[in-house]
Amino acid sequence: MDKPLNNKAWFFVLPVFFLVAISAIIPLMTVVNYSVQDTFGNNQFFWAGTEWYSEVLSSSRFHDALLRNLMFSGIILAIEIPLGIAIALSMPRKGIWVPVCLILMALPLLIPWNVVGTIWQVFGRADIGLLGRVLSELGVEYNYATNSVDAWVTIIIMDVWHWTSLVVLLCYSGLVAIPEAYYQAARIDGASKWKVFRYIQLPKMQRVLLIAVLLRFMDSFMIYTEPFVLTGGGPGNSTTFLSIDLVKMAIGQFDLGPAAAMSIIYFLIILLLCWVFYTVMTNFGVDAPEKEVD
Amino acid sequence: MAQITLDKLAHSYLAQPQSDADFALKQIDYVWEDGSAYALLGPSGCGKTTLLNIISGLLIPSKGNVLFDANDVTHLSPEERNIAQVFQFPVIYDTMTVEQNLAFPLQNRGVEKSEVNKRVSEMLDILELKDKAKRRARGLSADEKQKISLGRGLVRYDVNAILFDEPLTVIDPHMKWQLRTQLKELHEQFNHTMIYVTHDQTEALTFADKVVVMYEGEVVQIGTPEQLFDEPEHTFVGYFIGSPGMNILPGAVDANAVTLAEHSFLLDRQYPMLNGSIEVGIRPEFVKVTDATTAGSAGVPLQVSSVENIGRHKIVRGSVNGHQIDAVVEEDVNVPAEAYAVFDTSRLNVYQDSHLVRGNN
Repeated sequence: MDKPLNNKAWFFVLPVFFLVAISAIIPLMTVVNYSVQDTFGNNQFFWAGTEWYSEVLSSSRFHDALLRNLMFSGIILAIEIPLGIAIALSMPRKGIWVPVCLILMALPLLIPWNVVGTIWQVFGRADIGLLGRVLSELGVEYNYATNSVDAWVTIIIMDVWHWTSLVVLLCYSGLVAIPEAYYQAARIDGASKWKVFRYIQLPKMQRVLLIAVLLRFMDSFMIYTEPFVLTGGGPGNSTTFLSIDLVKMAIGQFDLGPAAAMSIIYFLIILLLCWVFYTVMTNFGVDAPEKEVD
Repeated sequence: MAQITLDKLAHSYLAQPQSDADFALKQIDYVWEDGSAYALLGPSGCGKTTLLNIISGLLIPSKGNVLFDANDVTHLSPEERNIAQVFQFPVIYDTMTVEQNLAFPLQNRGVEKSEVNKRVSEMLDILELKDKAKRRARGLSADEKQKISLGRGLVRYDVNAILFDEPLTVIDPHMKWQLRTQLKELHEQFNHTMIYVTHDQTEALTFADKVVVMYEGEVVQIGTPEQLFDEPEHTFVGYFIGSPGMNILPGAVDANAVTLAEHSFLLDRQYPMLNGSIEVGIRPEFVKVTDATTAGSAGVPLQVSSVENIGRHKIVRGSVNGHQIDAVVEEDVNVPAEAYAVFDTSRLNVYQDSHLVRGNN
């Protein structure tokens, strides 16, 4: 049977289309526009085609920054996800300590990025910072301003301190939603603690973990404020991530064309990786399409 | 398989129970015979799940002991007691296949691989899940999931008892019958001791050899379905079993004369002197509704308030001297305008403070 067609229905979509157009599509188109043209000021534009794209894609500056981003996000996910799960598992499920733990966990999330950056910047300074002084008194050489490993460690600790709570809270919400009967059944079936985690807790946390991984990935891949406040991308270029490089290029050097091309590429990379995470994690533990059995 | 003995068992969820009312489960002494099917029947909050959890080992009783055969298992964990339990909601391991679910309890106990495979494939046959063996358990229907939870208990041949905690709650009505029948067959086949908690009397009466009726933390009667129907030992059992429940009216007893709703009847039983609150009970099935001529002197005027037709029977609701009386009559019986109730006096039960008093013949 054919469905009656009524194109008037499209009018209902119009308001949303307008809003999305103004808020997302038009700004994005401006960037697309810049990315395929060259300008020398005076509002004069010359067609550049894919020139900027190939320039960005083949520049070692972009490769290095992208590599730093991938490494950073990888390290962040590798630390925060297991740590978040572990903390969520060890949090109490009932009693007066529940609100205490939840509030403690929520506190870091309430602090703005640049404040977190400033806190750690001061905290880690070798001359006046508590951490920096203590470390140097103990004979540990630590200086994020001159040593790139120290700078990385500081930014990672900053991010872990700031955002592990988010993973904890998400996992915790997944854990408390598991009915008691599952644990009882597992005891009766003689399951070990590890098997309870592997076959009950982890599968039940799958959905919230997906959200946690996506949020933490996107956020860490877009990291800007923390390295900017700490060292402004240094020492050298060691903490110059894509976002920092992009700002340098667009606002520092006014290379609008390459910066626009880089923005588009940056955006597509995040989109692609999120899609990969989403597909992999939602298909994990789900039946493959049924095969005919002979 | 084992005989389960409850020895002076009682439980309170409070740390320092003071009075009787603090106990969720009042003292119970009972022996659950090996290989029988029991139903624990009672309204919500009567302590039946508490009792079940004590037997399974999920809860340690505040008083008394649980014995499996001659072994005291009071302080043993569920896995050490070697029991199986099926919960209200199907508990399955989502990411495992049906097969893996069934193999799980065996693998955890270190059973050899060939033996695991043999038993799992046997169980798949019994549960009629063979064609779904390789499917993930997550995508199955509620009744299939519940079968898997049951199967995880049955694959262990040596379980001491299988406990059911309202296992049919989330099952569709038309599947309930099927599952219950299957359960009954499994019981006959394996002869496990089965304890089945429910608040549905039909489930309890059709499943069990013996029904344990609980009320406010107390076991008020343990008996076969017939015993519960004919001689409820507590007025609560009278109300709770049967539909509609037993008519319970205030009364008086003097030797062989019973007064019920201000009408006296002579019984062929003798009662001793009774003190306290005396009530008389009669099942609606043993109340006849007739007109004055048929009733004769045995008839009591009945004011009919409603007649419900429930298929092959009619339920007549009315009152005698202001006390409510229900009667179940055949569908072809006409209820006269001026109705009389005739009681089958051999079926009258006398209760003192809610407990049955048996007369002497």
